[in-house]
Amino acid sequence: MSAAEQDGQVHVVADRDTCIGAGMCVMSADDVFDQDDDGLVTLLVEDPPDSTAVHRAVAGCPSGALRIAPR
Amino acid sequence: MSQSDTRTRAAIELPVYMRRNEFEPVPELAALRDGPRVARVRTAFGIDVWAVTRHEDVRTVLSDATTFSNTLGLARMAMMDDLSDEERARMRAGNLLAFDPPEHTRLRRMLTPEFTIRRMRRLEPRIREIVDEHLDVMAAKGPPSDLVADFALPVPSLVICELLGVPYADRDAFQRRTGLLLDMSLPMAERRRVGLESREYMATLVTRAQADPGEDLLGMLVREHGDDLSFDELAGIASLLLVAGHETTSNMLGLGTLALLRHPDQLAIVRDDPAAVEPAVEELLRWLSIVHSGTMKTTTVDTEIGGVAIPKGDTVMCALPAANRDPASIDDPERLDVTRGAIGHLAFGHGIHHCLGAPLARMEMRIAFPALLRRFPTLAEVPGAAAFRSFHVVYGMARMEVTW
Ligand code: HEM
Ligand code: SF4
Repeated sequence: MSAAEQDGQVHVVADRDTCIGAGMCVMSADDVFDQDDDGLVTLLVEDPPDSTAVHRAVAGCPSGALRIAPR
Repeated sequence: MSQSDTRTRAAIELPVYMRRNEFEPVPELAALRDGPRVARVRTAFGIDVWAVTRHEDVRTVLSDATTFSNTLGLARMAMMDDLSDEERARMRAGNLLAFDPPEHTRLRRMLTPEFTIRRMRRLEPRIREIVDEHLDVMAAKGPPSDLVADFALPVPSLVICELLGVPYADRDAFQRRTGLLLDMSLPMAERRRVGLESREYMATLVTRAQADPGEDLLGMLVREHGDDLSFDELAGIASLLLVAGHETTSNMLGLGTLALLRHPDQLAIVRDDPAAVEPAVEELLRWLSIVHSGTMKTTTVDTEIGGVAIPKGDTVMCALPAANRDPASIDDPERLDVTRGAIGHLAFGHGIHHCLGAPLARMEMRIAFPALLRRFPTLAEVPGAAAFRSFHVVYGMARMEVTW
């Protein structure tokens, strides 16, 4: 278990080259994900608290641009 | 569509992934998914395709645009039309669904900013007005009403007017034309003529946007990418948004309302609990899966899906209703349960062609369903009057008489 997971956080990686700007992540967790002026994903926090919303956002991304990674 | 027309077409035998009994995909499709998984299917156009049916396999296909090409599939369809290469290129310009990366990426990147959640929130008040205006008219006219003609068709069409910046003076004509575009009972020649007229009108809009770009989507595209987008591309984008965004949202509104009317306990939840609307819309999208398959894909190499070998150059269709009711991806898939709040349905597709308009469509549905149900709390279907319509890329209702 990584240090981040131990204190209840996860590390999120967003690949902006893959993102198609569907905004599903913003809908799932708008405290973690945002869309910039180009409509592409930006992370508001890189190590958000581990929550169902974050996992849903990652699993629901239609382009596979998001993943949860160990630090 | 006339009765006799319906029969002739049904006799041509729709491919299995397009056949339904009211809301249900036919049992043969589930048998295919739970058995052979991927199978050769004869389509109405006389060509054989591979139907992919499981949730996991559909995701795999739609995630891999390198192996499963849209461009090649479309090229093959186009062979059946007697067009010159030049005409074909013009018809294709701006149609995101007709391109693979990198051409697709170029167009999609330009359009993505127009469909952000934030941008959609700006359209929200106008969508509410459009919905309320139509409910007012229905209320004033009194029951019965054809929900398709009076609500489900005009609302999304006016929302697209808003998006594209169609001037108010042109909207009646625009509405008439989009209605005709979807009228399956018109003879083919007539439908082709209306199609051309619609494209011509889009060209007028582009000319206007180029001369004086406004705050709407076309204006924004001209301002930000005016040097990079050709005239044909702009007109093609406008046409695509109408084609991809009108009938789909219309059919979700019509079919979705009927589904709720037939599940009164669930209807009550959507009507009475604002927090229930968002998950309910997702469940309706999943359960109805109105887009049967999305665009056909052509394999660029010899490949394999779920253990079945598919040679290079073959056509693959993703059976979205089968995948969305795959017991491996969701519990009790045949049951409509607006409270389940599940994610990962494929009703908007998946991968790089995932519906560009999804945020807009979601917002329209989240506004329209509760508004309709609250305005007419006693809404009921006229028994025996609902006409389902399957011979089409999008499943839906031809007519739907309601009273209240
Ligand atoms: C509930 C309504 C809707 C449904 C069920 C729906 C469904 C879909 C599906 C399944 C695809 C993928 C097709 C494929 O992979 O071959 C798609 C693509 C697309 N949709 Fe939608 N759609 C809806 C509403 C809209 C709206 C309102 C718009 C725009 C105003 C829109 C614009 C598009 C565009 C432009 C594409 C092509 C995207 C690309 O190729 O990158 N759709 N839609
Ligand atoms: S859900 Fe995925 S594709 Fe959509 S904006 Fe977020 S990261 Fe991008």
